[in-house]
Amino acid sequence: MSNHQELNIPLGATPEKIMQIAAEFEDVHGETMVLQMGPQHPATHGVLRIELETDGEVIVKGTPHIGYLHRCFEKICEQMTWPQIVPYTDRLDYCSSMNNNLGYVLACEKMFGIEVSERVQTIRVLVSELNRIASHFIAIGTYGLDIGAWSPFLYLIQEREHILDLFDKLCGGRLLLSYIWIGGLSHDLPDGWLSGVREYLKYMNGKIKELNDLLSYNKIFIDRLANVAIIPAETCIQYGLTGPNLRGAGVDWDIRKVEPYSGYENYEFDVPIGTGEVGTVGDCYDRYMVRVREVEQSLRIVEQTVDKLERLPGDDVRAAVPKTFTRVAPGEIYDRTEHPKGELGFYIVSNGKGKPWRLKCRAPSFSSLSVLPEIAPGLLIADMVALIGSIDIVLGEVDR
Amino acid sequence: MTTLGLILVLAFTGGIIGFISLFSLVAIWTERKLSAHMQDRLGPMETGGWHGWAQTVADMLKLLFKEDIVPDAADKPLFKIAPYIVLSGSIAAFAVLPFGAHLIGSDLNIGVYYLIAVSSLVVAGILMAGWASSNKWALYGAMRAAAQMISYEIPVGLSLLVPILIFGTLSMQGLVSVQSGGFWHWSLFSHPPFGLIAFVIYFWASLAEVNRTPFDLPEGESEIVAGYHVEYSGMRWAMFYLAEYANMFLVSGVAVALFLGGWNAPFSFLEVSHEASPLWHNLLGFFWFSSKAFLLVLVQQWLRWTLPRFRVDQLMKVCWKVFLPFSFVNILLVSLWVALSGK
Repeated sequence: MSNHQELNIPLGATPEKIMQIAAEFEDVHGETMVLQMGPQHPATHGVLRIELETDGEVIVKGTPHIGYLHRCFEKICEQMTWPQIVPYTDRLDYCSSMNNNLGYVLACEKMFGIEVSERVQTIRVLVSELNRIASHFIAIGTYGLDIGAWSPFLYLIQEREHILDLFDKLCGGRLLLSYIWIGGLSHDLPDGWLSGVREYLKYMNGKIKELNDLLSYNKIFIDRLANVAIIPAETCIQYGLTGPNLRGAGVDWDIRKVEPYSGYENYEFDVPIGTGEVGTVGDCYDRYMVRVREVEQSLRIVEQTVDKLERLPGDDVRAAVPKTFTRVAPGEIYDRTEHPKGELGFYIVSNGKGKPWRLKCRAPSFSSLSVLPEIAPGLLIADMVALIGSIDIVLGEVDR
Repeated sequence: MTTLGLILVLAFTGGIIGFISLFSLVAIWTERKLSAHMQDRLGPMETGGWHGWAQTVADMLKLLFKEDIVPDAADKPLFKIAPYIVLSGSIAAFAVLPFGAHLIGSDLNIGVYYLIAVSSLVVAGILMAGWASSNKWALYGAMRAAAQMISYEIPVGLSLLVPILIFGTLSMQGLVSVQSGGFWHWSLFSHPPFGLIAFVIYFWASLAEVNRTPFDLPEGESEIVAGYHVEYSGMRWAMFYLAEYANMFLVSGVAVALFLGGWNAPFSFLEVSHEASPLWHNLLGFFWFSSKAFLLVLVQQWLRWTLPRFRVDQLMKVCWKVFLPFSFVNILLVSLWVALSGK
């Protein structure tokens, strides 16, 4: 696939011969050109710079340069008390802050031995699935934009907007929520909020089919994505790709199924995996389609949680919130959750004081981006755009 | 050339430039409104009062006053004249566009030939702009434009040959006048299905000519960040914009003249005969020509906001492996028809 040719010089060649071979090689293959894609480029989804070495439009080498959005998240966390870290997790992947909150909070709760009520768990599942839908809508919409289709992006932004409105009513925030607390939630559900979710489910009925008709099954769109930038399952595992990227390669791996948390084992949902329906397993289309189907599954889970919450009696969502965090037992923990971008892991070491001694965040986008130099050679520039969009990175999480 | 002739030429050129500017202002506004309503938005609503009708006027004024930035590393003379070459290419092609029975710049006996030749000047301007900008993205845009040109020019030329074969003339007015007497005389319908096939091929290939989605590769804002005009600003950028819209009208106008009966009305009772009133004959002709062309422009805009973009190799594949064989077979069959019918 790669057009990158090696220069073959036989042993014992005279300098004249070498010069001649080199000149011929340059005649045939030309020189490569270095192209800086980013940090201000519409298709890099943030401040990512990719140094491309290109031969015509064919990429010979692609090197991502990160760090433009580095905010010392992990170091700041060492100065903060346990609950103060929650707002910082909002800003990791700013498209899905509920899921970030949940990942951090679950790790802390496991370490401190806090149990929350079933109702709180259900609300957590509900809001994080809603946020998963919102995050996937951004991923799908901007992906359409990368491929050149404008309208689906604006439709999906509209549909995401309703979720943000629901969050607004829930906790006053739209993007950065800090809704999930260690030991509970910041607020109880407002009156009539669940019926708002029901209305949203009704509104979404048939919307995914519309999206598929407009974008997913469009011949040009399929041609652009099928058999492009294939990431085989083996490569995914080697580079630590998780979430929709791994499932797009045909691996049935979802933390919600294999290590259920917050009561995910009680809900019925399928794990969509890539099947290579229009090309090869693990191509851009598979990764894209997994996200579309996950939205459908998340809507299923949301419906079940709403049913359950309407049955459950109300309780105090802050009941299990510790009064003070100053005397927690020393220890360490690694806990992972299924984030819209992949596995979000927190490794936390506590030395028994009110602050974490060390906090390491395993960000799924970072691992997803790391596969880029492996896949880039041989792609066209237009395919590169398709690749970056299909691994769905958020730079706030890559750089932290 | 006599003084009167010179004055007429200047007046006509002024008229064409005025028409292009007016059309662009309207078409940009319709594109904004159309895309907005397709995307559940409202589009411009404030400027000028009624549905933001003056938004494009305001934008044009803003562009006039903006600083004209020329990059230090640019090839300055080339960089400066490139937008004007692009625009002059499309304005020159307007000379043979038949707006009415007498509303034509010059009814050349080789009108279609002239049109294809002159409108290729646009790509020369784009290449110049991309090369002179000294920007790698612009260079990619220019190279894509060049690759695109050799791909679409041949299907365009071959599909334009179909009405020429049918009617046996290269003159624009000659082609239009034989299509009079109702829409079933238009070359789109008069020789089924060849006219229709040629029209469809021409329309798609012309989308590549005007760099519109799904063939907007030289611009491709999400891939090569606006391509050849990435370094332009202010009035020079506006020239590119103007040329893009002028070209949209141009290719639609050619399609109307060759396939959709030009300035002829769809039904003959909607026309005023030249004998009854030459003025109204021309004015109605202008109305029919412009509205048919504008309809095609709206179709182009509709496609733009619906479809994704092709990749470079896919564009080549479509042009060389789909449009080209179909055009050839089409021409062969039309030639047979013409030869057998003994015209």
